[in-house]
Amino acid sequence: MSRAGSEGAAVIVVGGGVTGLSAGWWLARDGTDVLVIEAGAIGSAASGRNGGGCSHHHSPLFLEEQRLWPMLDELLGYPTEFRPNRIRIALDERQFRLYRRALENGARQGYRTDVLDAKQIRALVPFAGEVYGGYFHHFGGHANPHRTVQAYAWALQDHGGRILQHAPVLGFDTRGNRVVGVRTSRSAFACDHLVIAAGPATGALAAQLGVSVPLMSARAEMIVTEPLALMQTGGVDGNGLYGRQTLRGNLAYGGGPHEWVELQDTGGRAYSTVLQGSIARRLRALFPQAAHARVIRSWAGFIENTPDGRPVIDRPASPGNLTIATLSSVGFGLSPAAGRAVRDLVVSGTCGFADLSTLGLGRFAGLEPGWRALQGWLPAAAGGE
Amino acid sequence: MIPPDSRPHDPASVIGKAPPIGEATDLLVIGAGPAGVSAALAAAGRGVRITLVDENPVPSSVMGEEVPLQFGARMSAVVANRNAMLEAVFEANPQLAEALERGIDVRLGTAVWGLFPQRRTTRWIGGHVAGLADAQRAYLLGFKQVIVACGRRDMGLAFQGWERPGVMGASAAYRLAKTYGALDARTAVLLGAGTEALQIADALAAQGVRIAAVIEQAEAAGGPARLLARLTGRGTRVLTGRVIREASGDARGVTAVKVAAVDGLGRDTGRALETLECDTVLLGVGAVAAIELIEASGCAVGFQPQRGGHVPVLDASQRTSLPYVYAAGDCAGIWASKTLSEAVACREGAIAARAALEALGVRGEGEPEEPPVPDWPPRDVALERLAWVRASVLRAPGRPWVCPCEQVTCDDILSLRPPRYLGGQREAAETYGLGSAAPAAVPDPDMVKRLTRAGMGPCQGRRCREQIAALLALAADRPLADVPLATYRPPVRPLRLDQLAQLPESPAMAEHWDSWFGMATQWVPFWRVPSSYAVATRCTGEPGAGE
Ligand SMILES: Cc1cc2nc3c(=O)[nH]c(=O)nc-3n(C[C@H](O)[C@H](O)[C@H](O)COP(=O)(O)OP(=O)(O)OC[C@H]3O[C@@H](n4cnc5c(N)ncnc54)[C@H](O)[C@@H]3O)c2cc1C
Repeated sequence: MSRAGSEGAAVIVVGGGVTGLSAGWWLARDGTDVLVIEAGAIGSAASGRNGGGCSHHHSPLFLEEQRLWPMLDELLGYPTEFRPNRIRIALDERQFRLYRRALENGARQGYRTDVLDAKQIRALVPFAGEVYGGYFHHFGGHANPHRTVQAYAWALQDHGGRILQHAPVLGFDTRGNRVVGVRTSRSAFACDHLVIAAGPATGALAAQLGVSVPLMSARAEMIVTEPLALMQTGGVDGNGLYGRQTLRGNLAYGGGPHEWVELQDTGGRAYSTVLQGSIARRLRALFPQAAHARVIRSWAGFIENTPDGRPVIDRPASPGNLTIATLSSVGFGLSPAAGRAVRDLVVSGTCGFADLSTLGLGRFAGLEPGWRALQGWLPAAAGGE
Repeated sequence: MIPPDSRPHDPASVIGKAPPIGEATDLLVIGAGPAGVSAALAAAGRGVRITLVDENPVPSSVMGEEVPLQFGARMSAVVANRNAMLEAVFEANPQLAEALERGIDVRLGTAVWGLFPQRRTTRWIGGHVAGLADAQRAYLLGFKQVIVACGRRDMGLAFQGWERPGVMGASAAYRLAKTYGALDARTAVLLGAGTEALQIADALAAQGVRIAAVIEQAEAAGGPARLLARLTGRGTRVLTGRVIREASGDARGVTAVKVAAVDGLGRDTGRALETLECDTVLLGVGAVAAIELIEASGCAVGFQPQRGGHVPVLDASQRTSLPYVYAAGDCAGIWASKTLSEAVACREGAIAARAALEALGVRGEGEPEEPPVPDWPPRDVALERLAWVRASVLRAPGRPWVCPCEQVTCDDILSLRPPRYLGGQREAAETYGLGSAAPAAVPDPDMVKRLTRAGMGPCQGRRCREQIAALLALAADRPLADVPLATYRPPVRPLRLDQLAQLPESPAMAEHWDSWFGMATQWVPFWRVPSSYAVATRCTGEPGAGE
């Protein structure tokens, strides 16, 4: 692919979250001239505020997710703090039944899960107390989101790719059936191909090019404790929570209700709320031996969601040089694979390693126009301002 | 309250899950120092419910974490006796008894760890709520108006050995001495010679602490000559153009400091180091407004040199950008004449109280007072902080931790080095360094924090925040005011999991708790996904099954 003039790049990626940065890195690795344009600082949206979980056994990208994470530090040349495997603890029979799905999905794709009894769990998880049972998945795992964002960014630059921060993309220039330029708050850039990977903003940006990407945003939050002695396996969760013990020793967990928001109402900052008490309550029940640990921080983030909760990775028919990637709340773990899929779509129009047919925009052709209200995905009614 | 909402809503969302709020007040006043007490007293007797909370006495285990101030392990054993401490706090502040008599609900030993105002994205909670905690409990308190009068803390400053017991914040020493009667210090040196520092040294000297020396990096002491003369009259040496190069000591803590003479750029002049014997080092290089609650709740904050650094943006009635949140006293700004006269903070409290009462529908008596005006021209706190960090931290031999909780040095920060627990993988990032993570922008302390972990420990960044901001400004050669403020998040006090877990929740919360979005369609494995999606034909599953 040729470079589209000095003020531009062969491929411009809008969005410096994990999806856009991974895509940019994969492209740069191939020698493609790529420029990632980010409205704020890289990873300042959901990509720097998530649970770090990498266990998406329902996804067509699962096998590639599992293949890439264990080698990602080496591929990127920078640490991501990836740690393999996941233990999921059920405190009651119902949780035990619901959590079984991961075993089934994993098994079907060739991955092993051991069923654990209470005694085995207490041996593996020193913070655990009375439990019903659980699972040890010999797949999945977790990584540090901040370090991963930065690792993609540095690796991308090592391969000659460029990143422009604090430059919101405002609009596009088109010629015929093609996007030829990207206008930012700072200056305009020419491009041969455009990737929109702008998280919750993907819908509004794609709409400017006549492409409909149904999306709604939600806020979710997590809590973090002070560092504790390291457990053998950091990826332990369950009891309605997701999360991990970080490599430093902090317990970082989230879960529970999300809040549907109109992004323009949020002022850009995601606040944590009193929900942290409910998260703490469940974490205390999951890890009674860590009840004394002090909670020292919380955070919240805005998450992109499609109507069925499944990612969109697609190349619409028109414009002919556009690729869309938005991950619908599971984008951190899938990012190594999603970036590779985007690279494939940009370069050859199809994904060479996975069947993306369930992630296409075509599935929404018959979606009701009022889908948000029909699904109840509405912000709380006005009042109490 | 939220009006009944008849639209169908996503059962896995927050709607309908507001926590039951057991208690409510009309006016919440946080902090029972001069500003907070005068606000509460000014509003008393006008028919509104007033709740005055103060975190003192702070549980001794929390003090051991250097929260909310850097106590430097100089608490005497009596701090473990909670009843004695409660009595001490009452005795130190006679106005608290008056507040009780006038019907104010006074809660001591109670910290506010979060303010959760109603805003566009938290309508589901149904009102303004504060998170409170005492030594055992954590609970929620509804409020209508809040006056934040949380005071100040001390800027940390690294030098070799500054993590030793005995190195403590000047206001921490004052708190221990004046409020608790529990300061375990005999001979101290004071670092910093501004008004706040000298005032504290003077008060401690009056209580019998020997202040061996005042050490100031600048050519001259910034504080009032009168206070300086009182100290020198008691035998204190004033050493300007000096910094501490090392605090040495034994298991009990500091026994001596080595002092170096520095030039205007903070470089050693080559003169021999002087050793001073002491058991305590008082950090008085910068008084920092305690804005953590204010900032975490979303009030606009700006760097205002005349108010001593980052402070809430206020109108003439001490009101922040959130119309029901006010700030008064040191957390609204620190300047010399305010430090020297309590009346200024009290006036701010009274002004805030009047505005809060009016918002509650109670008309004020007489004309509203004019808000206090900071001294002019302002003292340049930005330059002072930069000079201290340049002379003490950047030039420190032996590379002390700037962030003692996470053991991060100034070099680690400036080269964005990953943390020590990564072992061999640490060096990877060095090829890039500070500029690379955000080229063309002022380095963002939040980004630096995430990559180096500086500021992410149990003291919640209290000891390193200002140093990190100054280091970034020095590295980028930009004014300190250009460095963005690292955000604060609740809980702004470390809170045990089993305490936070006590917050009440509605039955609906437990009935429909899902680890992630509770969308059945999201988790259908790709080999079973139908080729088209519509709401009418989607599959719905049972709650609780998110991954
Ligand atoms: C609390 C929480 C926990 C989570 N836990 C997990 C988990 O455990 N595992 C997992 O896999 N996922 C998890 N997620 C979801 C995951 O974080 C997201 O799916 C993922 O980060 C999406 O990455 P992205 O790059 O597609 O989007 P984003 O991270 O949203 O990045 C998009 C970027 O585009 C930029 N942008 C937007 N508009 C413009 C514009 N006009 N011009 C330029 N740039 C623009 C934004 O500033 C942003 O940086 C969690 C999310 C949250 C909030």
